[in-house]
Amino acid sequence: MDTVVQILSWILLLGGAVFLLIGAIGVLRFPDFYTRLHAVSVCDTLGAGLVLVGLMLQGGFSLVTVKLLLIFYFMMFSGPTAVHALAQAALRSKLKPLVDDPDSR
Amino acid sequence: MEHLIDIVLLGLLMITGFAIVRMKSLLAVAMLTSIYSLLSALLFVVLDAVDVALTEAAIGAGISTILMLATVTLTRDEEEAPRHTPLLPLAVVTVTGAALIYGTLDMPHYGDPAAPVHQHVASTYLHDTPGEIGVPNVVTSVLASYRGYDTLGEVTVIFTAGAGVLALLGYRTRRRNIQTRKLVVLRVIAKLFFPLILLFALYVLFHGDFGPGGGFQAGVIFATGFILYALAFGLGNAQRVIPHPLLRIMAAVGVLMYAAVGIEGILLGGKFLEYGVLADDPVTGQHLGIMLIELGVGITVAAVMLIIYYSFVSRRD
Repeated sequence: MDTVVQILSWILLLGGAVFLLIGAIGVLRFPDFYTRLHAVSVCDTLGAGLVLVGLMLQGGFSLVTVKLLLIFYFMMFSGPTAVHALAQAALRSKLKPLVDDPDSR
Repeated sequence: MEHLIDIVLLGLLMITGFAIVRMKSLLAVAMLTSIYSLLSALLFVVLDAVDVALTEAAIGAGISTILMLATVTLTRDEEEAPRHTPLLPLAVVTVTGAALIYGTLDMPHYGDPAAPVHQHVASTYLHDTPGEIGVPNVVTSVLASYRGYDTLGEVTVIFTAGAGVLALLGYRTRRRNIQTRKLVVLRVIAKLFFPLILLFALYVLFHGDFGPGGGFQAGVIFATGFILYALAFGLGNAQRVIPHPLLRIMAAVGVLMYAAVGIEGILLGGKFLEYGVLADDPVTGQHLGIMLIELGVGITVAAVMLIIYYSFVSRRD
């Protein structure tokens, strides 16, 4: 039982790390602001979320897990809201999304 | 393992420092400064200084970033081209850096238990705190009880900073914002978070005896809750919740409360800021005194942070 929980927790932690890495690569590689936002939101929700759930499994039934659950709750709300606010601010300051590949023009 | 974390964090600190120097956009610099503070907070966690880390995260990464962004929006967000050659500043920085590195050669080894800082009064504090003060968090007992004079000085400095900002920038009452239909998502989430942030601030304030936290951190977190409200709903609506004249009174009330606890000690036959006489049992008196002065610190810090924020933002038209 203990080993199962350990293996599950490590799968989640490594999965979270992979998603964080994907997000970071996306921020560097994507062509414009809106697509980069798309990459960042993966870090915030899936990356950090999986890491937090993995840590909860490490913590077991304790106060630490309750605190991690609260952090999880905060991340799930604050991440998408921040990205939404950024996108809206960009739209309002008339930043046009990139609609086709600049190389093909 | 811990060394590896140290090296990674210090490396990231250095990269951030260089990025700050190279960057021309002041908005980006403000965000990078926030990242710098967050990295320092992580370093403090590695060093087991959780109280300092909490302060650094709340003040350095949180509120000072907001104040810097407010300043940038008041002025310009592009750095001016330098008017002189960088040779003289480079020489000054090189000489200062070399002197500092020369100074570190004399410092005790990293984590050395025989270092002078661990030999002087620290061992007395660690040894006497359980019997004399009876709070598990020694940082709080040093800050609020053994070094109560220093902390009173610090709170007075914060109060003076708030008074200085008021004297320099003044304040314009602006009470226009009423509900509009924009920013719906942001407002719903801000409404959801606002009470939780205030609750967390109170937890940090009253849990300071047992875990990391205390008046300074709690005050800043409390102020951050109202700043979030002001960011989402506009300054005018925030002033309906907590008006500016009230803040000015609260800033003074916190400091006076701290000093009054000290004077109460004299009136009850002890010394200034001696908490032991506040109750029949010295340890209970210490608990009461620490709680009251932490409350005073929290009130002043929260009020001054909001005064500074209001002063900055109310100047933008």
